[in-house]
Amino acid sequence: MRDFEITRKIQSLMMEVNLLKVLMSGNEAIARGAYEAGVRFAAAYPGTPSTEILEVFSKYDGVYAEWSTNEKVAVEVAIGAALAGEKAMVVMKHVGVNVAADPIFTVSYTGTNGALVIITADDPSLYSSQNEQDNRNYARFAKIPMLEPADAQEAKEYIKLAFAISEKFDTPVFLRSTTRVSHSKSVVTLDKPEKYENKTCFTYDAEKYVMVPQNARLRRVEVEKRQQALKKFVENFPENRMEINNQNAGIITAGMPYNYSKEVFPDYSYLKLGIVYPLPEKLIRAFASKVKKIYVVEELDPFLEEQIKAMGIKVTGKEIFPYNNEFDPGVIRDSIEKNRQKAAVFYKEPLAPRPPNLCPGCPHRGLFYALNKHKTYVHGDIGCYTLSYMKPLEGLHSCICMGASIGMAHGMSKAMKEKGKGKVVGIIGDSTFLHSGITPLLDMAYNQSDALIIILDNSTTAMTGMQEHPGTGYTLMGKKTKKVNLKDLISALGIDNIKIIDPMDYKAASSAIKEELANEGPSVIVAQSPCILFKRANIKPKPPLKVDPDKCEGCRACIGLNCPPISWKKGVTKKGSKRKGVSFIDEALCNGCGLCAQVCKFGAIS
Amino acid sequence: MSDNNEVKSILFAGVGGQGILRASDIICEVIMEAGFDVKKSEVHGMAQRGGCVTSHVRYGKKVYSPLAEPGTIQTLVSFEKMESLRYLGFLKKDATIIVNKEEIYPPAVNMGDSPYPFDAIDFLKKNYSKVISLNAVELAQKAGNIKTANVVLLGALSNHMNIDQSIWQNVIKKSFPEKLVKINLAAFQMGINA
Repeated sequence: MRDFEITRKIQSLMMEVNLLKVLMSGNEAIARGAYEAGVRFAAAYPGTPSTEILEVFSKYDGVYAEWSTNEKVAVEVAIGAALAGEKAMVVMKHVGVNVAADPIFTVSYTGTNGALVIITADDPSLYSSQNEQDNRNYARFAKIPMLEPADAQEAKEYIKLAFAISEKFDTPVFLRSTTRVSHSKSVVTLDKPEKYENKTCFTYDAEKYVMVPQNARLRRVEVEKRQQALKKFVENFPENRMEINNQNAGIITAGMPYNYSKEVFPDYSYLKLGIVYPLPEKLIRAFASKVKKIYVVEELDPFLEEQIKAMGIKVTGKEIFPYNNEFDPGVIRDSIEKNRQKAAVFYKEPLAPRPPNLCPGCPHRGLFYALNKHKTYVHGDIGCYTLSYMKPLEGLHSCICMGASIGMAHGMSKAMKEKGKGKVVGIIGDSTFLHSGITPLLDMAYNQSDALIIILDNSTTAMTGMQEHPGTGYTLMGKKTKKVNLKDLISALGIDNIKIIDPMDYKAASSAIKEELANEGPSVIVAQSPCILFKRANIKPKPPLKVDPDKCEGCRACIGLNCPPISWKKGVTKKGSKRKGVSFIDEALCNGCGLCAQVCKFGAIS
Repeated sequence: MSDNNEVKSILFAGVGGQGILRASDIICEVIMEAGFDVKKSEVHGMAQRGGCVTSHVRYGKKVYSPLAEPGTIQTLVSFEKMESLRYLGFLKKDATIIVNKEEIYPPAVNMGDSPYPFDAIDFLKKNYSKVISLNAVELAQKAGNIKTANVVLLGALSNHMNIDQSIWQNVIKKSFPEKLVKINLAAFQMGINA
């Protein structure tokens, strides 16, 4: 989100008392709801679709909000604040919960003293993620209650309820959003924020907070007692609500699929669950006694369905609904009303796909083009640069999760011994390196393999929209702070071969890669050049480049960069040349970075 | 506002970087100011980097789903020529289509693996009765800034929405920093006249 937009919106929210209804995304509404609930403390690591929650929250008056180095740290920071008596919010995308799972599972035992709400933003359909895991499973696994709003208004209300439940039951609480809830906008009615008073103090209670086996065994019993109390509570929780209409057909659902279902089957009966864990068994039985045919409409796993079937209640779920991808009104109608006729117009041939691409002037492009010449196996990581795997750059060959590139490169190099020498590379961005790349690099220095690690340092967290991190020198709140020196850090981990290069200088980058690949033992290259979209880097756009059609031989070397402004026009031939077409550059998109001029062998681009 | 609970849907489609999300934000504010319930949905993240971008905008007395059902969308605003063809399954048979003539080639077209549908507008005109095509980039340049092409398209869309011009203008004024307001209002007018 643009800073200008956030600031404008929040200013108007705080100043105009009369402004009661505003248009908000689910993420903005969660931030607003937390503020209204008197929350003044939050930590997160950015990740789509969750990022805007902290960006927006951080702009409210009197709050403390931080980008932590990773999700595990963020949860620990929030636990610390909660133990001091604060209401603490911690925010992450679904896979971030994997990183943070360790403290989450045990804070479920200790309880929270103040309040702790963990927001997990899941990504059905994998719009911007490496997997499609259904984090409702974490609620059952860690024995933590979970709420799931269906739109922005509910998101604002449910975050408040989540904090209230956390305080009442001394438990961490999950709030689950999905991409569609987080990034859809709808009309939200605002409420006055609760008055905040800092009541923090030390609460000494070693039996409750020191999780050694003898204490944890006792807390384990408390967790089960809490579970029983919550099971009673959810039976009368007003956001678990029945809408009895048609008694022949009904739907049990939660979150965004409720909206889709209401859209296509407005006259069905509904049991809309605001809390998806634990389930209100009596209420579900009551609904089942009133409605003949019941569908369970839920995206991803049969989480509700399996629990309801285990109660001995007959429902229809994944027999007809898909397991994968997000739903929409069409999916729900097609699953229930089979064999519908569809009369749609289609273009006469399939359309070329339009995948996302690295931006014009992106510093990653030159690095991958250079790396490509060395015939290596490249382990990738999570960031914009992952996009380089596609044709024509084909810059990396694996990608699993945040920080994985380094350990994987090290492991492959060790396994392949001489065969892998000078051929195994790991690539990772600066923010991702600081998130979870430091420990694997320490492992690599400690256990000594021949892999080459390249850190793409573009001075920001670009993928999620320019968030600060420990290498940028600024905090989320906009304060100047200590800036980590990557070279000193890498050297302190025990890496001796370190080179700093400029990836926009194609030839220098290529020879640095060649040299470091040949080195004995682990090497690290730091490719430093700021993200082209990064405002603080203040990159002055240079005049757009042009292709001289008299010099261009149509060899498509520049097309190999996959730079958005560069296209190739078939059929523009030239006397005395075998060329079949010519390259040209869209001036409106080109920012004159000059990489294409460096790779053109005919000097046709200037 | 109509009395029945008919929910209308607009689909914005184009390429990341064309200002689609900003345009759909503006129209939602306009619809809300006009007294309707409104929901809109799009996906951020990867889609911003030159990939396909769509935004569903739905309004009426009470809106549940931010996503439209296939076959139900009344209006398509396509910011790029080829993208106008990608989502036809979502449209009603009598849909209105507003299409910008700009062509942006995806990588497969550049690499020669796939053709570009140059005849997109003719195809649309053959299959739909209400097709409005315009060169929004050129009009934006005339208005004073090439980046206002999205607002030119909003101007063209406003002709088909039956919402008071003063509401549009107020929302546009609120949506940009002061120095850009005049150019955007000019771009909006260009779209109305196109």
